[in-house]
Amino acid sequence: MPATRFSRLSRFSAPLLIAATLSLSGCGYNDFQRLDEQSKAAWSEVLNQYQRRADLIPNIVSTVKGEANFEQETLTRVVEARSRATAIQVTPETLNDPQAMERFQQAQGQLGSALSRLLAVSENYPNLKANQGFQDLRVQLEGTENRITVARNKYIQTVQEYNVLARSFPTNLTAMVFSYQPKANFSVANEAEISRPPTVDFGNQQQQPAR
Amino acid sequence: MSLTRFSPSALRHALTLLLLLCAFALPRLAGAQALQAVPALSARVIDQTATLSAPQQQALEEKLAAFEQERGSQIVVLLVPTTAPEDIAAYAFRVADSWKIGRKEVGDGLLLVVAKNDRKVRIEVARALEGAVPDLAAHRIIDRYITPAFRQGDFAGGIDAGVDALTALIRGEELPLPARGTAAADDGVSLEDLAVFLFVGVPVVGAVLNAVLGRKLGSVATAGGAGLLAQLFTGSLIMAGLAAVIALVLALAMGGSGGGRGGGGGMGGGPIIWGGGSGGRRSGGGGFRSGGGGSFGGGGASGGW
Repeated sequence: MPATRFSRLSRFSAPLLIAATLSLSGCGYNDFQRLDEQSKAAWSEVLNQYQRRADLIPNIVSTVKGEANFEQETLTRVVEARSRATAIQVTPETLNDPQAMERFQQAQGQLGSALSRLLAVSENYPNLKANQGFQDLRVQLEGTENRITVARNKYIQTVQEYNVLARSFPTNLTAMVFSYQPKANFSVANEAEISRPPTVDFGNQQQQPAR
Repeated sequence: MSLTRFSPSALRHALTLLLLLCAFALPRLAGAQALQAVPALSARVIDQTATLSAPQQQALEEKLAAFEQERGSQIVVLLVPTTAPEDIAAYAFRVADSWKIGRKEVGDGLLLVVAKNDRKVRIEVARALEGAVPDLAAHRIIDRYITPAFRQGDFAGGIDAGVDALTALIRGEELPLPARGTAAADDGVSLEDLAVFLFVGVPVVGAVLNAVLGRKLGSVATAGGAGLLAQLFTGSLIMAGLAAVIALVLALAMGGSGGGRGGGGGMGGGPIIWGGGSGGRRSGGGGFRSGGGGSFGGGGASGGW
């Protein structure tokens, strides 16, 4: 009886098919795909905001240059850090390359500290403080730094979720079968620097922080 | 982690094990912990510092409600004593990100946070409004309208002037206007979810129960379970009854030619994995609720007085 055999077969294979589908999604295969895409999107947003910061810097530099006898060293440090940071080519593959990630982070971290130094020093120049253009750029830079923080946090969370999935049972088996590696996350760029207690020197007026 | 360490047969075993094990994997619960409590979004004006008098609060509330009626954008004012240990930008972002104020489909939300004891104020702007209220504009509003009044101790006046300036900016933006009449509210689980559950989950469970309990008892148990689940998810007795009847028919039909009890081949179906899940049920109640569409990216500006 071919008819009953067929129906018996389909009756048996349909639940099997469903079970296989369910188990595949239970394995987190789809979660891996979703989080992989999400982390890429979050990373693009990080890059986007870093780019925005890099785009603001020429304006800041040219405004500060207008100020006579501004500390040249601070200024050149910003310009150099910017060119180093923008010289690094970032591709989606960077995400899976911890060393490239570290180089990129380091360059951006140096740019960030050079910029905050510039802003701190600018407090000592009354003309700059009164310059509306400079103050506007400052506000925009501050907004960009906030956006960078938000974008980085979003990326960190997404990667964390991905890595937890890649390491915890039973989805780590899925990761093993499809060879999904945990992704590199942000780390503190200047760990040695911030673990050292700051040197406080009340004699030096130039060291005074902005806020 | 390399695959070469495993012999091929071990790998094959691992693969079969993987499929079996994963069938029993429970849906993972998202574990997110908050550092500091975000206040409940109970009104458009939330004053935890008892700075505004009741009439002032009422007037501001009405102004913001009228603006939402008119343009659809949601503005919330939050006064807290302090944002420590975070700075105001981080706190405001966290609050805004958890409230997600702004229309669902537009995402136009704006949050004004005043940290009274820190003497700091921040305007947090959702991405959809970053064109209408860029960082510079937000900074100028804080600088020209809000902090001068705050310095005089006139908090209500400063907030009011700031809100006026912000609404003027948002009015200038071409955002979609709110539709007249209420949009259909989506209730947690849709009919489609239920249908998927009935036609996918019931045969699997039904087969197992039929094999274990026998056809009649198994079918009844399946129907009861389906009805109970439907009741739990939809909260409606009609849906529950409907689900139970459909499940009963399905289970009986399945068991119809499945051989006598105990004779059937063991079905390998695991427990149903109910993936649909209703995402984040809104906390109802009160006159105001977030549209849930606001996506915040750290835009806005801060200031101090």
